[in-house]
Amino acid sequence: MTSPITHTDVAIIGGGLMGCSAAFFLAQRGLSVALLETDKVGRQASGTNFGNVRRQGRPIFQLPLANRAIRIWRNAREMLGSDVEYLQSGHIRVCFRERPDNIGKMEEYAQQAREEGLELELLSANALRERFPWLGPDVLAGSYSATDGHANPRLAAPAFARAAARLGAQIIEDTQIVHAEKLVEDFHLTAADGRQFRAPILLVTAGAWAGKVAGWFDEGIPLTPRAPTMSVTEPVPYAIAPAVGVMTPDEVETVYFRQVARGNIVLGGSTRAASYPDDYRSYVLPENTMTQFQHLSRLAPALARLNVIRVWSGIEGYTQDALPIMGPSARVPGLFHAFGFSGSGFQIGPGVGETMAELIATGATDIPIAPYAVNRFGG
Amino acid sequence: MTGRFRRLAETDRPAIRLTVDGAPIDALEGDTLMVAMLTAGDALRDSEFGAGAFEGHAGDGRRAGFCLMAACQDCWVWTAAGDRVRACSTMAQDGMAISTHQPEASWAAVT
Amino acid sequence: MGGSDMSGHRVIIIGAGPAGTRAAQTLVRAGLRPIVIDEGRRSGGQIYRRQPDNFTRPYSALYGTEAERARDVHATFDALIPHIDYRADTLVWNVADGHVWASCEGQTQAIPYDALIVCSGATDRLAPVPGWQAAGCYSLGGAQIALKAQGVAVGHRVLFLGTGPLLYLVASQYAKAGADVAAVLDTSALGLRLRAAGKLAAQPDLLWQGLRLTLDLKRRGIPVLTGIRPVEIHGHPHSGVAGITVARGGRTWRFDGDAVAMGWHLRPETQVADLARVPFAFDAATRQWLPVVDDDGRAGNAVYLAGDGARILGARCAEVTGELAAMAALADLGHVADADRRRALLAQKGDYVRFASGLAQAFPWPADMVAQVGDDTIVCRCESVTAATLRASVGAAHAQEANRAKAFSRVGMGRCQGRYCGNAAAEIIAAARAAPIESAGRLRGQAPVKPIPVALRRTDV
Repeated sequence: MTSPITHTDVAIIGGGLMGCSAAFFLAQRGLSVALLETDKVGRQASGTNFGNVRRQGRPIFQLPLANRAIRIWRNAREMLGSDVEYLQSGHIRVCFRERPDNIGKMEEYAQQAREEGLELELLSANALRERFPWLGPDVLAGSYSATDGHANPRLAAPAFARAAARLGAQIIEDTQIVHAEKLVEDFHLTAADGRQFRAPILLVTAGAWAGKVAGWFDEGIPLTPRAPTMSVTEPVPYAIAPAVGVMTPDEVETVYFRQVARGNIVLGGSTRAASYPDDYRSYVLPENTMTQFQHLSRLAPALARLNVIRVWSGIEGYTQDALPIMGPSARVPGLFHAFGFSGSGFQIGPGVGETMAELIATGATDIPIAPYAVNRFGG
Repeated sequence: MTGRFRRLAETDRPAIRLTVDGAPIDALEGDTLMVAMLTAGDALRDSEFGAGAFEGHAGDGRRAGFCLMAACQDCWVWTAAGDRVRACSTMAQDGMAISTHQPEASWAAVT
Repeated sequence: MGGSDMSGHRVIIIGAGPAGTRAAQTLVRAGLRPIVIDEGRRSGGQIYRRQPDNFTRPYSALYGTEAERARDVHATFDALIPHIDYRADTLVWNVADGHVWASCEGQTQAIPYDALIVCSGATDRLAPVPGWQAAGCYSLGGAQIALKAQGVAVGHRVLFLGTGPLLYLVASQYAKAGADVAAVLDTSALGLRLRAAGKLAAQPDLLWQGLRLTLDLKRRGIPVLTGIRPVEIHGHPHSGVAGITVARGGRTWRFDGDAVAMGWHLRPETQVADLARVPFAFDAATRQWLPVVDDDGRAGNAVYLAGDGARILGARCAEVTGELAAMAALADLGHVADADRRRALLAQKGDYVRFASGLAQAFPWPADMVAQVGDDTIVCRCESVTAATLRASVGAAHAQEANRAKAFSRVGMGRCQGRYCGNAAAEIIAAARAAPIESAGRLRGQAPVKPIPVALRRTDV
C-alpha cells in the first residue's frame, strides 16, 4: 500500500518560529508550503526561551535582520490575527561593578549600533538607579534601548503557524521526517510512517535536529544541544517595564529577567544544561537554578523577595561560534538552511522567516547574509 | 461576629495580639497565621486575576485560602517588611504586622 | 550525617505520615539510619496531623475511630527520632541525578541517595463549581485540618459538597464538634453504594463506619442529599460565600451558608515521583494518570513509592505500603528479605485495593459534570482562567492535551501547579475534542514542587 504523495513548492522541516514564520511569508508570496514538524509547532527552543525581543547586544552584522524583525513584531497582532503579547517596553543591558572594562565595550557598541539605526542610551550607575530603582548596587553602568521589548514565546510560533495555515500553508504536526534526498528536480522526504513529501525547494529550520538533516546532504554541521535555565515568579504588581540582562563573558553571570503584563517575572540565564534531542527531553538542573537566583539577586535585590513557582527548559541547537546558519546550502541547489540560532533566535525569528521567504521566492535579499554562510565552518 | 472561621475548641490559650492592615487583632498562642487572621477577619488577600474587578480591587475577589495544607498556595500574605509568608503553615506570633494587600509597585524599589 | 547502613547505603524517605513512619521503622529495624525529610513541623502527615503543643484535646476527639492508629504512628515515629536523620519543616523542591534538593529556612542542599522512598501523601481532588473561587470555599481536607489541628470550623454555617467517605466523615466531625452543618450534598447517587457493597465489604469496619456517619448526620437533622449536581455557589467577590444551589432531576434546593467544604476523594501528590522520572500510566477506574510501581512499590531507578502518594488506598494501607516499600528497598540493597512478612503485607494491601475500587464505584468522580461545566466557570483558581478560555485553547488553537492547553490558556500554570485544576482540565479538554480522557494526557511535573524564594541559597558547595 502506498500513501498519497504531497507535492508543494517548498517543504520545510522543523516547526519552530523560523519554520512557522517562513511558512507564513512564503504562503503570503503565493508559494505552496508543507511544514513538517515532529511534535507540535513551537514546543522546543521557540516556545521555551526567555522571550526577549532584543536587538541590543546582537552582533552588529545581525542588526539589519533584527531591524527587519522588529517591524514584524510591531505589526504581529494585525498580521497574525492573534496577540503574541509583544510589549515594546525597552531593554537594559548592564554590567557589574567588577567588570568596568565593559563600559568601553558598551560605548563602542552603541556607536556602531547607531549606524545601523539602533539608538542606545548609556547610563551611569546613578542615572540608572534613578530611572530603574530596582537595580542593585552591584550594577555599574547600563545601556538602554527604548525600542526593544519582549513577547510570549509560547504563543509566537503557533500564531505564525495558524496564520500560515489560513493562507493555505499545510502545517503538518506529529510527523517526523526520517529521510530526505534530492532526486533530479525534487527533494523526496519520507516520514516515519511512510508518508512522502516532494518539493523542489527544501528549507531546514529544525533547530537542534538540523545537523542530522543537513547530514543527509553531506553538509556536516556539528550542533551542540543545550537547555536554557528558565524560571518564573508568582505575580506581583507591574513595576518593571524593560527586559534586563547582564553583559558579561562569564556564562554563570549571564542572567536576565522581564515582567509580563500579568505581573509574573520571567527569569532566565546562568549556566545552560545539556539537552537530549534524540529523546526529546531537556531538564533544568537545580544547581543552575540556584546560580541563576544568586546572580539575579545581585542584579535586582527586590527579586529575592519573590517566589519562583515553576522552572522549565527546552532544546536549543548551538553552533561552534554560537552564531546562526542562514542561507542556501553550499552543496545542494534548492536546499536552504536557517538553524543554529544558539539560544538567541527569538527576536530575529520573524525576520529570518521573511528573509528566507524572500531569498527562496526571488533568489536574493537585501539583508546581508554572508556572515551566516554555512561553509564558514569549512564543511 | 466578623471572623470567617469559628473557634470550637482549645480556646483556653494565652492571648496574642497582631496587626492586620494596621488594625490590631486578638488571637491565641498556637494559632496559625491563617486562623488568627480568619477568626478576626474574612479574607487574606486579593486574587490577582479575573475579569470582575470590584470596589478598587484588581482581580475577581478576595481570597481566604483553600487547602490549609500548603499545597494550593492561595494564602500568601505580606509582612510589614514586605516579605511573603504562607498563612496556613506559618505560626502566628505576638506582635506580627501583616498586610492582606500586595504592596504596590514599590515592592521593586528595594536595594 | 545519616541515611546509611553498615555498607554505606544512603536511604532517603520523603514524608513522615503513616507510610513514611512505617518505612523508617522498617529501615531502622534493619540497622539503617535513614534520612527522613518532612514538610510538617511534626510527624503524622496530614491524616494524623498533630495539634500544637499547647492544645489539649485527647486522641479520641481528634482522630475518632482511628485514635489508636494515630497514637501508634506518632509514638512509633517519636521513638525513631534518635535513630534517624530527621529533617522537619523541610521542603523537597526538586529531585535530579540521584539527589534530593531539600530546602529549609532559606537554605538548600543536594542530598545523594541510593534509595529514595517517596511517601508524599495526597491532596483533595477538586471539581470546578460555578463560584468556587469565592472566599469561604475550602477543600474538604482543609476543612478537616482546620478542626483537627486548630480547633476551628471554616465557617459559621458550613456546606459540605462532593463525594466519598471524607465528605461524611468531616461533616460528622464538624457536627460533633459543635459546628453548624447546613447540608451534606453528595454528587453520587445512593444506588451506586449498594452496587459496590460487595467490594466495600473487604473492609467491614470501614463500611460500617460509613453507614454510621450517614445515620449520625441524619439523626442530627442535617439534610443529606445524594445524586445532586451543584448549580452555583452564591457569593460576592468581597464578602465571599453566601450559599449554594444544587439540583436533582427537575428540582433545585438552595442552602445558605458562609463556607463550602468541597472534595471528590483525594489525588496522589506525584510531583516528586515525576521529577524523579518515574513513568506514569492511565488508571481507568479513577480517570487519572498514576505513577507506575510494582506490587512492592518499586518505581525503578532506586525510587520507591508508598502511601497515598502512589495511589489512594487510605491511611491504614499507607502503613502497609510504607513497610513494603522499605522492604523492597532493603532487598534491592542486598538485605535478606522476610518472605512471609511480605506475603502477609501484600494480602492486606490486596484487601485495601479491593475496598478502594469499591469506593471508586460507589462515589465516582463526576466526569460528566466536570466536562459540561459552564463556560463562565473558573477552572484554574490560581490564574482565574475560565472553562471558555480552556475550551478556546482546544478549539481555535488546536491544543490536544493538557500541557499544550496549559501553554495557551494558562490552566495549571499558577502557584499550585495544576494540583486543583489538572483533573478537571483533562476532562474538559477531552470533552471539547470528543476524545477519550486518557488522550488529554497529564500535566508534566515541573520543579519546584512548591514555590521557592529567589533568596534560596545553596549551602553544600
